[in-house]
Order: sequence, then structure tokens, then C-alpha cells
Amino acid sequence: MQAIVNSDWQSFSAVKLSNISAGYEPNTLFKNLSLEIPHGLFAGIVGPTACGKTTLLKILMGMHPVTCGEAELHGQAVGKIKPGIIGYVPQLGSIDWNFPVTVEEVIAMGLYTNGRILPWLAKKEREQIHELAERLNVSACLKQHILAISGGQRQRAFLARALISNPKILILDEPTSGVDIKTQHEILHLLSDLNCEGITILLTTHDLNAVASHLPWVICFNKGVVAQGRPNDIFTNEILTKTYGGDIAIVKHEGHLLIANTTPLRFMDPK
Amino acid sequence: MDFLLEPLQYDFFRRALIAACLVGATGGLIGVYVVLRGMSYVGHGLSHAAIGGAVVGFTLNMNFYAGACAMGLAAALIINKITKNNKIKLDAAIGIVTTAMFALGVAIVSKLRNFKQNFEAALFGNILGINNDDLIIIGIVTLITLITIFFCYRALLFSTFDQEAAHVSGIKTESVQLLFSIILTFSVIASLNVIGVTMVAATLIAPAITARIITDSFSKMIIYSTLLGSFSGMIGMYLSYIFNVASGTTIVLFSTLLFCLALTIKPIQKLVRNQ
Repeated sequence: MQAIVNSDWQSFSAVKLSNISAGYEPNTLFKNLSLEIPHGLFAGIVGPTACGKTTLLKILMGMHPVTCGEAELHGQAVGKIKPGIIGYVPQLGSIDWNFPVTVEEVIAMGLYTNGRILPWLAKKEREQIHELAERLNVSACLKQHILAISGGQRQRAFLARALISNPKILILDEPTSGVDIKTQHEILHLLSDLNCEGITILLTTHDLNAVASHLPWVICFNKGVVAQGRPNDIFTNEILTKTYGGDIAIVKHEGHLLIANTTPLRFMDPK
Repeated sequence: MDFLLEPLQYDFFRRALIAACLVGATGGLIGVYVVLRGMSYVGHGLSHAAIGGAVVGFTLNMNFYAGACAMGLAAALIINKITKNNKIKLDAAIGIVTTAMFALGVAIVSKLRNFKQNFEAALFGNILGINNDDLIIIGIVTLITLITIFFCYRALLFSTFDQEAAHVSGIKTESVQLLFSIILTFSVIASLNVIGVTMVAATLIAPAITARIITDSFSKMIIYSTLLGSFSGMIGMYLSYIFNVASGTTIVLFSTLLFCLALTIKPIQKLVRNQ
């Protein structure tokens, strides 16, 4: 991965959605949605369940049709994007962990965009995998089955698969779900490092505190963009209530934002 | 050794042995994708559709394989089309499409009762039923399957494991699925005379799941499953000759025995290693 400085492609947006409408028949999920994300941004999309975050990602990757409007990624119309432009890390919950693949085989899948069709890995490809695995700290488990490694290693293995084709835009669907807080920090720090090298990163998450502490940009989403900006500016009572519809408390502690749901819980009396 | 060499003096056995090894290898190879794509029932369904097609073809004075291929491919394409939008699941689509085609064959058989003996081999497999034409067809299908899997290995693996990410990486996942369905149909039809309609599904599944128990690596699973399929074909054919029973049954029973052995030995190995 090379640091990107003054490249000509920075003249156009990483993501540009113009008045798109989409949904699941007969319902419309978004209507006239417009969103522009510049190159080099590390942005998190937050919003309640079923607000359309994953559908938005699917539209960007050409996996969900739009009924009207235009969607572009890296200056190319969605659906006609050259392979290798996007690196995609799916929700780990959607992966079949009993599938017989080793970490090395998972990472090697990302090399498909190289255009090589022979089944075995070329020497150069093997070196590429080892180099990236070393960097993402999964080199020790390359020959291990994906079920035999930890949650953090799994996330890094799938990240390696997405990164091996040197993508311009990295899209991650809930990369912090199902991992402990330490692993969550490691993943977000790693993404931050990648962003510093010039990769535009777009992720969805439910963890507002992780977004507040690690991400420079946040998009509050609920069937449309409610607001976007720096977490310090965006995580306000008004915006979060508008996004989630519940009572949310925001506490500032030593320069950090802490966000909590304040809707009273009803407990069963144990007696 | 004599019991191994003795049957080889017969032309029919040599043909059947080569056919069983090729069919077993093809089934083992393609079975890995069948099992991992959750299509285990498809082999069973396609073979039934194919036999329905063969019967229809017979009434139209067509070759056995022509009728079976036409109906088998039609079934594969219709199943692909029906399941495209995910509203109808694969198992349901296989259940209705292939059973309907089999039912058509049965209806014709019950109406015209004069060709029963021609389909006995196709139902249970028969080592006497393999002629040179069958052998050529099996050889061609094996070659097509090997070439397709070889050149589509990466696309097939990626789209089997993670269809969405494969799509993002530029793999035309629908075309890959269609291509796979076509070679699967050819493989099933080519193995009908050796294995039989009622047994085909097991020859696709048994080597693959045995290989899955042995290894956690995809590339190794492909190799092991192909070898196990071929080995089961060979031993099954000998057993068929020795015990004078339908070849499909002996091949399936032997591959199931290998599966049971793997299932038993693997945990013991693990236990020994951990001690």
C-alpha cells in the first residue's frame, strides 16, 4: 500500500450519490438521497437497526439496485466499477466458519483481481500474502483454519483479503461487532493507520462510543442522512434523538464523548 | 492378487472400472462445491430429472444422453432462475422442478410399458451396461469438468465462500453459478449408467464430506475428495463383480464406509495428539 499524495483521482469524490431512491418492493427505503464523501475520509455510518446502513453499502458496491438517481464510486458509475477499486469486509456474522479454508486461502481470495487464473499461488502472490499478513499480525496463523483463530485475527484476516488488491476505498460492514473492547480498539487503530496512508474508509457500526473516540467523521443515518460531521459536532442530543428516536445522554469526560441510552429499563423484581 | 487381476481379463469389466474411476473422481471433485454450496440435494434431483428426460427422449427416438441432457440442463436452468431472487429456496426449487420432470418420465413409462429393461442400469448402476460410447462420454465429461474447475478454481472458491465479496471483487457470480450447474448436470448424467439415479447423490456427497473431516484446507479437500471418489469407484466396481450386485450400491456403500472410518478415526487421532 502506497501513501497517496496529490494523485489526480483526488479531484473527484470517493462516493457520490445524487438523488438516489431505493428499497425493497413494495417499500421505498430512501428517497432522493444525496451524499458526497471526499477521498481520504475515514467515516462511520451510524443509525438504528433497519435504517438502511447495509443497503446503502450494498448500493455502493453494486449489489442492490437503485430505482432512480446516480451513484458513483471513485468517479465510476456503480455497477461498472473496475475490480480492485473497492475492498470489502463483510459482517463476520455472515461468514460460514466451518468452511474449509485456512487464513492464507482467505487472503488469497482477494488476489482474484490480479487476473491470474491458475489455481495455485505464484511466488509473488505468496510473498504479497506473507508481507500483508505480517503487517496485520496474522502471519503466525496463515496455515490455520479460520475457526481456530481469535475474533480479532479473523477480522484482520478478512481485512487482509480486502487490502491485498490495494483498494482505493475500503468498505466494512460492522467491523467492531462481536469482538471485545481491546480488539475493537486494535481494529479501529489499524483502520486509522490505513486511512493515514490514503485509503478512504467507510464503515457501519452500532457502537457510538467507538465512533466518538476513533473516527474523525460520522454520518448519522436513518433512511437518509440526518447529519454528518466530526463526532464532537454531530453527537448532540438533538441529532442522536432524531437519528435513533430514543433518549440518549451525552457526557463529556476529559475531552472524550460518552454516549448512553437513558430510556429507563424495566426489571423484573427477583422477589 | 488373482482376485484383482482375474476380472481384468474381461472387456466389460475393464470398461466399467475405467468408467467408475472417472465418474468417482468427477463426482468427488464437483461434490466439494456441491456440499459447500449447500446443494447436496441437487445431485439427487438432477439425476431424477435426467431420467425423466431420458424416457421422454426414448419416446422421441432420441439417444439416452440427449434426452437426459436436455431435461437435466432445463432443470438446472429453471432452478437457477427460480432461486435467483431468494424468494424460493434452493431445496424447494429442486424438489418441485426435478420431481415434476421425473414424474413426466414415470407417466410415460406407465403409459408405454415396453422399454423397462433399458432403464434398470440407469436406476441402480450396472457394470454390464457400460459400452464404449458410455466410456467416451464419461471421458469427455471428466475432461470438461477438470478444465472448468482448473480455470475457474479461484472464482468458484471465492463465490462459494463469500458471494457478496466475490461480486465486489469483479467475479460474475451468477455466471459462475450457471456454469457450475451445467457441469454438475453433465457429471450427473455421465454417471447414471455406472452409479444409477438413486445413488448419484451419495457419490457426490460422500467423498467430499469424508475429505472435509480429514482436512481444514480447501485445496487439500479438493484433492482428497477426487482421490477418494476415484478409489471408491474402483473398489466398488470390484465388489460389484465379486458379489454380483448393482455397481451403484457397492460404490455408495464403500464410500460410506470410508466416511464412517474417517468419522471414527479423526476424533481418536485428535485425542492421541492432545495427550
